Amino acid sequence: MVSRTRSDATDAADGTSTRSDPLRPSDHIDSAGPIDDSVTQPRLGPLGYVRFFWRQLTSMRTALILLLLLALGAVPGSLVPQRSSDPNGVVAYQTANPQSFKVLDSLGLFSTFTSPWFSAIYLLLFISLVGCIIPRLKHHLDALRAKPPKTPARLERLVGYASTTTTTDAESAIVQARSLLKRQGYRVARYDTDGPHPSLSISAERGYLRESGNLVFHLALVGMLLTVGVFGSFGYTGQRILVQGEAFTNSLTDYDSYNPGRFANENSLQPFQLRLDSFQPKYLFQDGSWSPESFNANLSTRVPGGSWTKQLLQVNSPLSIGGTQVYLLGNGFAPIVTVKDPSGKVVYSGAVPFLSQDANLTSAGVIKVPDGLAKQVAFQGFFCPTPVATTTGCTSLSPYLSDAAVLQLSVFTGNLGLDKGTPVNAYSLNEDGLTKIAGFRTKVDGLQLTKGKTAQLPDGLGSIEFTGISRYVSVDVHHDPTPAFALLFAMLILGGLLLSLFVPRRRVWIKALPGKDGRTRLEYAGLARGEDPTLARAVSELVARHGQHLDGVTAEPSSDDPPTRT
Amino acid sequence: MPATLAAYSVVAVYSAITVYVIAFIAFALDLSKRSAIAQASAKALATPAQLTVGGSGAGTTVLEKPSAVPSVRGKASRYQRTGYALVIVGWVVHLTALVLRGLAAGRVPWANLYEFAMTGTAIMIGVFIFIQFYRDVKFLGAYITGVVVLLLGLASVNFYVAVTPLPPALQSAWLVIHVFVATLGTGFFAVGGGLSIAQLLQTRREAGGLTRAPFLATFPMAEVLENIAYRVVVVGFAFWTFTLMAGAIWAERAWGRYWGWDTKEVWTFIIWVTFAGYIHARATRGWRGSRSAWLAIIGFSAVLFNYTVVNLFFKGLHAYSGL
Ligand code: HEM
Repeated sequence: MVSRTRSDATDAADGTSTRSDPLRPSDHIDSAGPIDDSVTQPRLGPLGYVRFFWRQLTSMRTALILLLLLALGAVPGSLVPQRSSDPNGVVAYQTANPQSFKVLDSLGLFSTFTSPWFSAIYLLLFISLVGCIIPRLKHHLDALRAKPPKTPARLERLVGYASTTTTTDAESAIVQARSLLKRQGYRVARYDTDGPHPSLSISAERGYLRESGNLVFHLALVGMLLTVGVFGSFGYTGQRILVQGEAFTNSLTDYDSYNPGRFANENSLQPFQLRLDSFQPKYLFQDGSWSPESFNANLSTRVPGGSWTKQLLQVNSPLSIGGTQVYLLGNGFAPIVTVKDPSGKVVYSGAVPFLSQDANLTSAGVIKVPDGLAKQVAFQGFFCPTPVATTTGCTSLSPYLSDAAVLQLSVFTGNLGLDKGTPVNAYSLNEDGLTKIAGFRTKVDGLQLTKGKTAQLPDGLGSIEFTGISRYVSVDVHHDPTPAFALLFAMLILGGLLLSLFVPRRRVWIKALPGKDGRTRLEYAGLARGEDPTLARAVSELVARHGQHLDGVTAEPSSDDPPTRT
Repeated sequence: MPATLAAYSVVAVYSAITVYVIAFIAFALDLSKRSAIAQASAKALATPAQLTVGGSGAGTTVLEKPSAVPSVRGKASRYQRTGYALVIVGWVVHLTALVLRGLAAGRVPWANLYEFAMTGTAIMIGVFIFIQFYRDVKFLGAYITGVVVLLLGLASVNFYVAVTPLPPALQSAWLVIHVFVATLGTGFFAVGGGLSIAQLLQTRREAGGLTRAPFLATFPMAEVLENIAYRVVVVGFAFWTFTLMAGAIWAERAWGRYWGWDTKEVWTFIIWVTFAGYIHARATRGWRGSRSAWLAIIGFSAVLFNYTVVNLFFKGLHAYSGL
């Protein structure tokens, strides 16, 4: 595909043969230079155009521009609320700025990371990546089997050049050199030359892992994209409020909300059960306010055919039940109420989760009683575990439950809209078609109940008793088949990166020249392939090591000043 | 007892800032001394020698031979030695402040914005000192002490919060790892950013500009600065990659998903991709040199932006500034 324009004939002379070098796009800094056929061919055929565009797409410059676009394209995703992570924020934005919302929404900015333009950037990037990596992979697999290139005729101009003389004969010195280099992890090849000045030499190369790591890194990026983008769609998430004592079965109908991935189906739901036994929060009082210290939810779980087992659920430690994770999200109070008709018959009884509104668990909720009374009745109001009164209700001073805990309710009658079969939010009240018969802004005071107290409803409708208080937790149930694979690819990305950044790829040569005086002259030098700041030191260490295996070594002063490190 | 420890910690922070300020002054004096030397030797040199860079074709750098460019190297000045000694003293005091804060809180001292700044700047100085073992970059002293004084001072004055326990979402070993490695990465990016700034200035000088900053003549050549910057940034990049992954693991444990494009996640990603761009730029013909240096600087600016503006003003799950 991309051809190297350096010829091996000239390379052999300076030892920079590129045959075993990693293959790079033509505009890579180490590559020979742009291939000029786009310039020299004035008219391109259709195939020529395709090849031209393909080469543009798989060039370093395109990869770079796409990377920078990717970074830039992600910025709006942090400036504007996102549907995926902050749906309420999006609604709030729409209400606050309906005008600019329309513009931004048409640009897809509220779902930046799934928008067509963002997808286009990363898809192009990954096509470029695959196009870049396949030829490199092929080339590298060949290089892994290739011998290190011929020893250059002159080593003097290369890095760390040093020469010594020894009384050891050339053959033994070179055999020693070979085993020394092999032990240091070099791949070695022996090249001897005849002629008026015969020489024996070892050519050694190491650091193939640098390119292997680079390829693993880039391939693992593709793996990560596929894992998250395709495989991830087989999962689902669901939320559910669990009131103390209540059992939840992991099935579609038992969720408060359920969000399947594109390829998820009902069969992906494992049929397990959860029950909240008790909930123990701990708070800390400091600088005049309460902050949570720990939340412990004692659950019982059961898989089909098994018995209930006790388990502790905490914020940072999800439960794992057969490949499905259960996370602790929120918690609150669920006042237990009993509603009776005028004759004293119980028409409604149960714990009703109230959603907390602040850090001190001032909680708001709705109780709906559609059947059993003369009219449909709904209660809406607040529960305050440690109350102080306000004009519109109560607010709580502490998240802990006190004896004064109060339930304050307004009362509505009318059509609750529950018969139409359309789903209705259990935690809010649509006041259309309802008449407020007690509470703020009506003639009748709202109901004020402490635990154990009963209040009569207006118009002789019946009574409501505040029987007790339960706790609830909200849990997030996740089934995501990807984390194990994502973790695997993450490790490959990190491992590949470390190899590719920190393994030096280098060549070194040791040459032995039998001298007339019976002494053998040895020459050493190295050549970096890519970033390699420690090469000179490595060569000088090699000289010292090799010297330990030889007899009567004397160093020759080098003609130049010793090269300095940069 | 914790309250006294915390109070001592504050005293130590302010002492460290003071020492760093004096170090900064010493480094600044060193730069002006360098300017004087450079001007003197520029006069002495009648004709500037030519730049020689050893290389064997096609960009395969064999070695940068010691060049006879109009650059002036000499022994470190007394000011520089003083500055550097003060940096070490300041650092020890700074570390003491960290340890005291940690003891007072009974946990690692990086859980709110004030503590991030405290730990992050300590790591910046630590990285600066660490790099000296491989390569003398003390000429960056004024930059690094300047940045640290600015960040640490701003944090102490504006973002100070009393010791508080960790909210439940933060009680995880991954916090310790994730945040610590992120700050480590930041330290390397900070030094890399400084080197890249020096590289850009040096490039301008080598092109005949910037005559008003003669001290640059005593700095390494732009290409050398670029090579050091690259090595430093690449270490930071490795740490940042790990940060991204540790963060994902932690998010998986805490929120049930490893990636959700939360504001902070978005910025961690942006920074990662920017530095990946930097590394690519270094390997792309036409982008090595000043353009890639700009990317390193933009990357470090994004890191600072992430720590400050994103932490303070952006809504998200990672609302841990403690303010
Ligand atoms: C998903 C987008 C990409 C990311 C995040 C990325 C990231 C990186 C990183 C971090 C490095 C340095 C570490 C290493 O050497 O392995 C690197 C190197 C490299 N990348 Fe990419 N890359 C991406 C796409 C591409 C594409 C599309 C190409 C092909 C045009 C490419 C070609 C290369 C090459 C040739 C190197 C080696 C550079 C050198 O010689 O120093 N990358 N990449």
